[in-house]
Amino acid sequence: MAKFILNGKPMTADVESDTPLLWVIRDELDMTGTKFGCGIGTCGACTVHVGGRATRSCITPISSVEGAEITTIEGLSEKGDHPLQISWQKLQVPQCGYCQSGQIMQAAALLKDIPEPSDKDIDAVMGGNLCRCMTYVRIRSAIHEAANAIKESNDEQTA
Amino acid sequence: MSRLPKRGSAGITRRGFLIAMTAVGVSFGFPRHLMAAMDPASPDGKVLPSEGDIYEPSLWYSIDTAGKIKVNIMRSEMGQHVGTAIARILADELEASWDDIEIIHVDSDPRWGYMVTGGSWSISQSWPVYRQAGAAGRTALIEAAAKKWGIAAKDCKASNGKIISTKGELSYGELVTMGLTRQFTEEELKTLPLKPNADLKLVGQQVTSLDIANKTNGKTIFGIDAKVDGMVYANPILPPTRYGSKVVKFDDSAAKAVKGYQQTIVLDDASGSVPGWLMVIASSFNAAQKASKLVKVTWDAGKTANVSEADIIAHGQKLLGDQTKGSILDTGNADTEPAFASAKSTIAEEYITSTVLHAQMEPLNALVFKNQDGIWEVHSGCQWQSLTLPVLATALGEEEANIVIRSYMLGGGFGRRLNGDYTIPAALTSKALGGKPVKMVMMRPQDMLFDSARSASVQQLKMAFDDKKAVTAMEHHATAGWPTQVLAPGFMPKGTNGEPYDPFSIAGADHWYTVGAQKVRAVSNDLAIATFRPGWLRSVGPGWTGWAVESFMDEAAHHAGKDPLQFRLDMLIAEGRNAGSTPVAEGGAARQAAVLKKAAEMIGWGTPQAKDTALGIASTFGQERDMPTWVSCAVQVHVDKSNGIVNVQKLYIAIDAGIIVDPNGAEAQCQGAALWGLSMALYEGTELLNGQYKDSNFDTYTPLRLGQTPDVKIEFIPSKMPPSGLGEPAVTPVAPAIANAIYQAVGVRLRKIPMKPSDVKSALTKA
Repeated sequence: MAKFILNGKPMTADVESDTPLLWVIRDELDMTGTKFGCGIGTCGACTVHVGGRATRSCITPISSVEGAEITTIEGLSEKGDHPLQISWQKLQVPQCGYCQSGQIMQAAALLKDIPEPSDKDIDAVMGGNLCRCMTYVRIRSAIHEAANAIKESNDEQTA
Repeated sequence: MSRLPKRGSAGITRRGFLIAMTAVGVSFGFPRHLMAAMDPASPDGKVLPSEGDIYEPSLWYSIDTAGKIKVNIMRSEMGQHVGTAIARILADELEASWDDIEIIHVDSDPRWGYMVTGGSWSISQSWPVYRQAGAAGRTALIEAAAKKWGIAAKDCKASNGKIISTKGELSYGELVTMGLTRQFTEEELKTLPLKPNADLKLVGQQVTSLDIANKTNGKTIFGIDAKVDGMVYANPILPPTRYGSKVVKFDDSAAKAVKGYQQTIVLDDASGSVPGWLMVIASSFNAAQKASKLVKVTWDAGKTANVSEADIIAHGQKLLGDQTKGSILDTGNADTEPAFASAKSTIAEEYITSTVLHAQMEPLNALVFKNQDGIWEVHSGCQWQSLTLPVLATALGEEEANIVIRSYMLGGGFGRRLNGDYTIPAALTSKALGGKPVKMVMMRPQDMLFDSARSASVQQLKMAFDDKKAVTAMEHHATAGWPTQVLAPGFMPKGTNGEPYDPFSIAGADHWYTVGAQKVRAVSNDLAIATFRPGWLRSVGPGWTGWAVESFMDEAAHHAGKDPLQFRLDMLIAEGRNAGSTPVAEGGAARQAAVLKKAAEMIGWGTPQAKDTALGIASTFGQERDMPTWVSCAVQVHVDKSNGIVNVQKLYIAIDAGIIVDPNGAEAQCQGAALWGLSMALYEGTELLNGQYKDSNFDTYTPLRLGQTPDVKIEFIPSKMPPSGLGEPAVTPVAPAIANAIYQAVGVRLRKIPMKPSDVKSALTKA
């Protein structure tokens, strides 16, 4: 029986120990916001946070996250109002939307590490996330937009 | 379904095809049918309940007593925000309040007419239909209010969800509550007065698309997310060739060790979609895909087990060499021989494009079962329901009336889901299990190996010049595997020599330049068709014919000693057939000249560039001559001579698609399409190797990534002309613009895409 914390709640799943985290989340726990793309960690559609780090859940066996804190797109914010979700909506980033959970989770990890990323930072960190609709121009802008929003909100709080 | 062209029926012209697709049903009330539909804005996709009675002025929407309007969308949502754009057209003509609008993506019920989402047709075709539908509702609501007030209809006006007169205001909800039954015949609909385009208020304004929010919080329901109680999971085992492989025997003893494994089934497919396939059944996806790797299968392989890309190209060259092959398009005057015989000079070149995969992000999947009413339910994203249903019917041995394709969001279409063959293995497995729900999800390599790829192509072009280096004739001979021949042969028109051709494998070659006599010949590559199932891929024919035409135009300009921009402008003369013969095409070549000039202005055509850096330009029209979207691309490119790496620094697009219904969505489509063009020009492309595509995952199949994305600018030409389409056209001029810039920068001409660094390097070495 695998045990871990998913979006702040303790969870168990009766699965084989080599089952990828992705399929435990999607099929056992019925949270389908995290997507399957390639199965080999090259497209980023399955990106979740494990202990706060962006992780490709399609190549992460459930046994390797025993007891870990896992966050999916459903748990990124309580009301779907993470600054990235707001900027994503404002700039209308998604087209088909399939890769966007992974894009947003990867970008959220990026902003934690580098609160004011340059275009080069974004290119480097987001390079593992494929978007077949090629929404890249807007992804770049929306990350800057969210970074600015977080900075302004922090400035207000310290002022 | 009587108005549908029958599959395989001969003699349907392309125009007939379009008319059949846009025909609407007789407008009278149907019972609500909302269980089988999806609202992309609501949590879990469920359609919101209507309040009280509803009034359905047409097939396309209902208004309830609260004034809420449900708009029925029969186009599939795959990233175009098509429901929002179509609902804007309706709401504008209906004078509805945008806040009252809900969009519903409907299932494959015959009442909706011919269901296909492709060809960049959705907006152009929906424009007249939903405007008429909106006018019908507005007329009925005004009549009802006028009657209530005892005044003339002309003294009432509709605005923002209300009818207003000197007597006061009545909301649409109040009027529906009073009881409305007015219906319109097809003839009445056609005569209803529409608002002048200049008075449109919602069309052309910015709006947040209704499907966006759910796509940022994981709530959107794609086909892969479909679930029903009691379903089993299936994973396929694909044979060594696309066709002709037969299962001799299989051994699943090793698979039995996988917890949850149930059985392996050899599919018996009357539809011919998946010959030689096996399906591995298990209680979970993970068990099914694990077990499928452990089943040992012996096949008699089909005849194409040794066919590779070079064979298909060589076969194409042989076909083009035989002038008796193929179909000649009607270009007005195809008699080029006299001009070539008397030409002062001629040029001739050959262009090649490699096999391209769709590689949509959501791997192919389908959930199929027989429900308690005996209806087969197919849960899967689909772009061409009306093409897929008959194939399902053949495979299942059922009437089409007993099969329904439920609506889901598509994790990318790009043409892959026009061919619904991926629903067949799930359907056959469910049938083999007595109608039990079967959910098939392909692993990425299975998805790619089963792709209906964009066929490799060979194109040979030649041009005749007089003593002043003016163009006197042009020929364009093109061959590829034709998707329409394989999947929808009834939709192939005939050329002037009586031979059928695939319009989606030649459109674009019949361009808008005045070149004197013009011969365009399309030839089907039968070896390609035997080896794999060619598919329609975003921008279809124009995605590769444009590559040849616009590379060649640049070569011709250099031959003539003229500036490539001016050379093109001189031949874009809006006269005769190049004046444009349909309302959408009105203006013809003059509109193409306008986008060329605009793109040149955007990039600063003629300005000096740094070393090994240059500008390139190209101009095309997508997708057909009767529905052209005029587009021009200008790029700034740097070539690193040491390693052959091409760096596209600026990618600018000027586009004229008539009236732009949803400006933000339109820009997004063009950004994505232009980057697809870039991706296919430099980064993607596979090859056939021993009967299969060589690449099967994103480790070696490498579409554009964020770090490779240049500065992209999109500008629309303001227009009051009827809208054309936007999903594909911006793909088409990008590759030739880059090739033309490379030539300008470092003096080498590349005639094959993708243009890889090794190709550039080798061309530089030879130069």
